[in-house]
Amino acid sequence: MSDLLVNEVAAEATPTAPATGRTAVFRRIIRNPFGLVSLIWLVAVVVVALAADQIAPYSATEVDFTQLSSGPTSAHLLGTDTLGRDVLSRLMFGARPTLEGLAVAIAVFTLVGLSLGLTAGYRGGWFDTVVGRVTEVLLSLPGFILLLVVLAVFGNKQAVAMVALGLLCAPALIRVARSVTLSVREELFISAAKVFGLTDLTIVVRHVLPRIRSAVIVQVALFGGIALLYQSGLAFLGFGPQPPDPSWGGMLSDASIAITTQPWQIAPAGAAIGISIMALGLLGNAVRDAVAETWSHSHATLLRRTHMPRSAGVVAEVVPSAPLVQVRGLSISSVLGGERRAVVRSVDLDIDRGETVGVVGESGCGKTLTSLGLVGALPPGTELAGGSVYLDGRDLAAMSSDERDRVRGRRIGYVSQEPARALDPMFTVGSQLREAVRRHHGGTRREAHARALELLEMVRLPQPETIARKYPHQLSGGMAQRAVIALALAGGPDLLVADEPTTALDVTTQAEILKLLRTLQQETGMAILLVTHDWGVVAEMCDRAVVMYAGEVVETGAVTELLERPKHPYTAALLGSNPYLLLESGGDEPASSEAIRLLPTIPGEVPAPGSWGSGCAFASRCSYATAECRADAIPLLPIGPGHEARCIHSSKVTPMELVTS
Amino acid sequence: MTRVIMHRVLISIPVLFLVSILTFVLVSLLPGSAAQSLLGEQATPDQVARVRAQLGLDLSVPEQYWNWLKTVAQGSLGNSILNGAPVTETLNVRLPVTLTLVIGTTLVSAVIGITLGVLSALRGGVLGRIIDIFTFTGLALPSFFIGLALIAIFAVTLQIFPPNGYVTFGTSPADWARSLVLPIAAMAVHGLSSVATQTRDATLDALNKDFVRVQFANGISRRSIVWQHVLRNAAPPIATMVGLVFVGLLSGAVLIESIFALPGLGQAVVSAATHHDIPVVQGAVLYFTVLVVIVNLIIDLVYSWVDPRVRVR
Repeated sequence: MSDLLVNEVAAEATPTAPATGRTAVFRRIIRNPFGLVSLIWLVAVVVVALAADQIAPYSATEVDFTQLSSGPTSAHLLGTDTLGRDVLSRLMFGARPTLEGLAVAIAVFTLVGLSLGLTAGYRGGWFDTVVGRVTEVLLSLPGFILLLVVLAVFGNKQAVAMVALGLLCAPALIRVARSVTLSVREELFISAAKVFGLTDLTIVVRHVLPRIRSAVIVQVALFGGIALLYQSGLAFLGFGPQPPDPSWGGMLSDASIAITTQPWQIAPAGAAIGISIMALGLLGNAVRDAVAETWSHSHATLLRRTHMPRSAGVVAEVVPSAPLVQVRGLSISSVLGGERRAVVRSVDLDIDRGETVGVVGESGCGKTLTSLGLVGALPPGTELAGGSVYLDGRDLAAMSSDERDRVRGRRIGYVSQEPARALDPMFTVGSQLREAVRRHHGGTRREAHARALELLEMVRLPQPETIARKYPHQLSGGMAQRAVIALALAGGPDLLVADEPTTALDVTTQAEILKLLRTLQQETGMAILLVTHDWGVVAEMCDRAVVMYAGEVVETGAVTELLERPKHPYTAALLGSNPYLLLESGGDEPASSEAIRLLPTIPGEVPAPGSWGSGCAFASRCSYATAECRADAIPLLPIGPGHEARCIHSSKVTPMELVTS
Repeated sequence: MTRVIMHRVLISIPVLFLVSILTFVLVSLLPGSAAQSLLGEQATPDQVARVRAQLGLDLSVPEQYWNWLKTVAQGSLGNSILNGAPVTETLNVRLPVTLTLVIGTTLVSAVIGITLGVLSALRGGVLGRIIDIFTFTGLALPSFFIGLALIAIFAVTLQIFPPNGYVTFGTSPADWARSLVLPIAAMAVHGLSSVATQTRDATLDALNKDFVRVQFANGISRRSIVWQHVLRNAAPPIATMVGLVFVGLLSGAVLIESIFALPGLGQAVVSAATHHDIPVVQGAVLYFTVLVVIVNLIIDLVYSWVDPRVRVR
């Protein structure tokens, strides 16, 4: 049963994988070579077992006294056993009890697991609690021993043992079915279906079952492997078809008697069992992979000492008196199932010492990836496709791996979006800070501890001693984000990259964290790159801003300039649809509800990577768009000093009229 | 710590009762077979009835259960129907053999499985692929088949290890070790494959956590991220799997003891089950269940030691 649990974890990880059409999933299973071969093998076993009377060269018990324990011959393709019976024929007939046992076990497993799991997940309440407790108990029982008890009580009836096995293992399916059902139940269409008066049964059968189908198939395939293991094990011990009737486990048992003289006799039955179990496992994997595209990459690639790919055509030169950071032509691709799609396209970005630069855009426009590309920590499933990052005029890609390691933390610090997940839950805040301090500055544990407390004080956390002893889960979101900022400050960086540092926090805490960042900037003189979707934050914090759309920079300039004279229709539209700016434009007077109701929105959605076309990616949502916009790529065009926009109609773009009554 | 132990003990009490009641109910569904199998096919109904009365099998199930509980409370598990020997005596002789086998295999599975899993997750590439194929095959091959194959190769052909039998540690430590190598190897293939698969998945999962990116971007060394932070985060699921492997091995031991002729608990269960010697079966089930309970307690303790979210509220 332990095997079921391993895969249960995997199954739970993707409970609501997008259920694509039935035929599409089947086609993807077939296209997977492992899935295809497994399916062929399993079908072949079933066919051979059913047609054994017709296909098998001999009967299962026919004895050939002239051929005792022979190796493969033309008359006996797999040889004969110690009694002179044809091994191939016995394998064919022996598949029958195996399949019968499997069928019984799988039927019980599926029926019990599915009905209890669905009901528990759908109804919840006391029923769910009881089922949960019973599953927990059942999972901690020694299964095989109980099967032996069942056999002792009911006599050597394989069917009974297989029913018991199905019951004992059903908890694994109950858990999976329950968790998937729970998540489906929360979705809107279920409540809609209830409103339309559909009965619970109809809803479960028509709407829930199809969604959990693949998760169930995976579990059933895995359980099939286990049932086969148990069935053959029981038959091996003599609890199963009685001699002279053949069974795979029984054949192994016969072979074990002759092991000292003919050791090869164990091969045919052993291979039949092993290959069948493997086929069931591979089929389960194929179904899982066909339904959920899994990330094939992980941070493991990040942690390997690889050299950044040198971008072609960009000369690594040292520019004297360059800005602190220059990003040139940064391009990032997502890699999914061997398919590459550009998600960040040739982004240029300058950050001067001590200044705050905002990166703004809707979600999915590539702003977070741009910031991660800058710090050299791209997430799994993405890769650097080109471009360079210069620090003090030196190309990071030209540096040695060791040098680049010294940039992280010491020159560039990084704060992420979700403070609750940014700290290691297994270690105290103090220990994580001490580790960072010692990594950057060395020193004794005591010195590091003193410095860690200073850092906590720096981010205005009260009672640093107490906080240092706490684990991340004991901190509130705001406190945790302060601790993360302290971690990022440990190396005394010249640039702090903050990726939506306030998005996950409540409004009051947001303001406090922003205030903290401003204070820290004044105290340390560091530059900040602030990734945000919130123009209010940009207006309050940033000197300059870069507006991104569909992986590209569409406009860049001083914040005051952008706010007053946006020259790209997207910037203008973003600004126009921001309620906070609307409120500010009304001065101290709160904007009327009428004004908020009339708040303009940008029609359409950010196009998905891969569907950006060759021309302006915003053209489909833009009221200024002409045929020219869609024809060719539009370059960034200068507007004024430090102000550029990727639009050929920029002269026509006016700030959206704010509707004030 | 005390809270964790208390919690597990409280959960375990219903488990123990449930298992013993389950065994009893199952036994009650079987009219007279124990007495019948004791007396043989030719016994008259009269004789069978007398033996049933002697053994207390004519009482109602709750009464039988109550009587059994009373004997258990006195530290006894009754006597074997077949040979009249006290069940505890029969089982206590066999317990060390099974424990040696199962604990030895768990240790081997944990050490090799964790190493392979970590290698597969961190190195990836060709090595990772080879490890993944090996563990996948290992999960599919039944331990009794591997046992037979090992006997064929190392005992019959190469004659390095004995094909079967058990030598006590007291008789000859060297022979004791030699008699355990093949059984442990046969069982460990499946166990270490389970542990390796879980370790790989848990490590990859931990590697994808946000904090890895934050630590990396803020200059924490790769070595520390992997060996301190990622592995510590992967530890709880790995510990769970090692515990499950132990529980699974208790089942697997039944087959392996039979193949290698090791006088362990598993063999006792098989022969008792074949002969309807219910007190021995019941006693063995109780032994196994207590072992499972103890292992679950150990896992709980490992959990609370590793994961502060369990330890500190």
